[in-house]
Amino acid sequence: MAFSCFVQGDLALQLEALAICEAFLKALELCVDLSVVESDCKIVVDSLLGVTSAPWKVRQAVSEEFNSSILKMEKHGRNLVCKIFQSICHFLRRFLFLVLSFGPIPTHIAFIMDGNRRYAKKQHIKEGTGHAVGFATLLSVLHSCYEMGVKYVTVYAFSIDNFKRKPEEVQVLTDIMKEKIEELLEDESIVRKLGLRISFCGRLHLLTDPVRRAAEKAMASTAGNTGPVLFVCVAYTSTDEIARAIGKECARRIEGTRTSSTPQEIASSISVADLERSLDFGDCPEPDIVVRTSGESRLSNFLLWQTSFSHLQNPSALWPEFSVRHLIWSILEYQKVHPYLQARRRTASSKKDD
Amino acid sequence: MLSTVHTAFPLNHQKPYSAHLCSLSSRGIIANTSLLLTPTRPRSSPSLCAALPTDASSAAAATVREESEEGAALPSLLRQGPLPKHVAIIMDGSSRWARARGMPSSFGHEAGHRALKKIVELSGRWGVRALTVYAFSSENWTRPEAEVDFLMMLFESVLKGSLGDFMKDEISVSIIGDITELPQSLQKLAKEVVDMTKKNTKLDVLVAISYSGRRELKRACQNIAQKVKHGLLAPEDITESHIEQELETNHIEFPHPDLLIRTSGELRVSNFLLWQLAYTELFFTKTYWPDFGEEDYVEALHSFQSRQRRFGQRLN
Repeated sequence: MAFSCFVQGDLALQLEALAICEAFLKALELCVDLSVVESDCKIVVDSLLGVTSAPWKVRQAVSEEFNSSILKMEKHGRNLVCKIFQSICHFLRRFLFLVLSFGPIPTHIAFIMDGNRRYAKKQHIKEGTGHAVGFATLLSVLHSCYEMGVKYVTVYAFSIDNFKRKPEEVQVLTDIMKEKIEELLEDESIVRKLGLRISFCGRLHLLTDPVRRAAEKAMASTAGNTGPVLFVCVAYTSTDEIARAIGKECARRIEGTRTSSTPQEIASSISVADLERSLDFGDCPEPDIVVRTSGESRLSNFLLWQTSFSHLQNPSALWPEFSVRHLIWSILEYQKVHPYLQARRRTASSKKDD
Repeated sequence: MLSTVHTAFPLNHQKPYSAHLCSLSSRGIIANTSLLLTPTRPRSSPSLCAALPTDASSAAAATVREESEEGAALPSLLRQGPLPKHVAIIMDGSSRWARARGMPSSFGHEAGHRALKKIVELSGRWGVRALTVYAFSSENWTRPEAEVDFLMMLFESVLKGSLGDFMKDEISVSIIGDITELPQSLQKLAKEVVDMTKKNTKLDVLVAISYSGRRELKRACQNIAQKVKHGLLAPEDITESHIEQELETNHIEFPHPDLLIRTSGELRVSNFLLWQLAYTELFFTKTYWPDFGEEDYVEALHSFQSRQRRFGQRLN
């Protein structure tokens, strides 16, 4: 049924069909894993479909199909049905990515991963689990981005302002960070599969030693990779980054010039490009899109310099709910305004910012 | 239907508009055309209420209709919470608004000026303490010469003509941006207006002309480099507050905008107040700037009031 929606429908319906299939698949996997009884399956499917905005009739139809599938599964084996839906999902995903590739794909997307705690509250799970689900979402979003051809992804993991939170929460967050950084370096992780290069930006010395060492190890071991790039902002604020860049630039100018140079000569030799080079991101291109989840509309001291001309989006989904269909929608929105953005960027770079 | 009329035609531009009103009136669509010619009067006859969409903007419209008389206090919709102390506005869309009417961009910029005047008046009345507007960015110098010349003339005539209003309403005007790139006459006039209004304290209006956020930070870096060379400061001791002191907004009481409004549907910051917007709530509206009026402003302020600002911490 979802498949027929897909074939007949417009893109919005297709995204909805993908969401329904994903929900269906998740429900099936849950039933397989947990040996959930048939009556509970219906509750699971209903709650998973609840996060889509599918109309009631569609949800009911999917629910009924699901129940009849459960009966078939007893006959033919649950794993077979799972595999069938997995390949449908895979097909839908490849098709939608192909459609997107006809338009411009952003080179760099930045994410403000907001909403883990609210998600945990909504699902009645512990805060730490909310963050862990958030990390799983991050991996899945990274897979999708790199599969579509996005070369750089930047994420706002931990701000310097977050240190002002309760010590227990900061401890939970830093423990999760260390655990997840180490997971990234394991054999079967995304880093190995894609040749990902990871870079941590921020005042790493503010982190506890174990986390800082894990981050430095991750950077060192992936420095030679030539695949896509992931920038993780920890202990970071943009104003701090700019202040450090100004400090670096001033120190460089004072050392590099003759002692007879006047202060005015030294000052006037500093350009916007010089400051840019001293920022944490080096030669990375600026983000094309900044996505902030959970519906908040502010930058919260993230990449203020680099996002001057970026397309800002704030989907209302919480970060753990952000899935491939939100990402596809986000890129579609970007593709709509891309010609205008390109013209603005060309104007900005032709006006020499000395 | 009324909202279509409002956005399609400027309220103050009498000649083509009055002809349109007569035709609407003769078709029985508008009961009383004289109401529509004066922007500050209540806006519609009762028969048109049903046509308005039922959402936040119509709640704003309802408030404005009930209370928008000369010298009215804050609309009731906005009395629930604190207003932003500093509002920043990217006044986008004047050229597109004019093009949509088959008119040159100068028509749009003039209509834009009238919209700005209204917003400045409302801000002063409702207790906003600072208003920063992005009049002309450093990227705008690449626009056609005729348009740039027109804008420079418009800025001059506005500054000259509004000085009396600034003094009467106790508005202090400052110009931020690289004013050395402006024509000499405008530079001189700007300095005079800034000097004459600097003692006013009710509302600080900062006009960004030939402004770029990145260049502002570059100049801050240059000033700090001079201090370092003079031995007043070591590079490793440079902090965010050193940079704050060098920014062009540091002379007003509330240098950081609480709310940024950008019109015409563009979802970007465009190199405006880069540093100062770190924690600013962003509000985007599809309305073009010349059409941005009291209702839209109330909607933006109301949206600000409904947000939870955490500054990176937790609210318990």
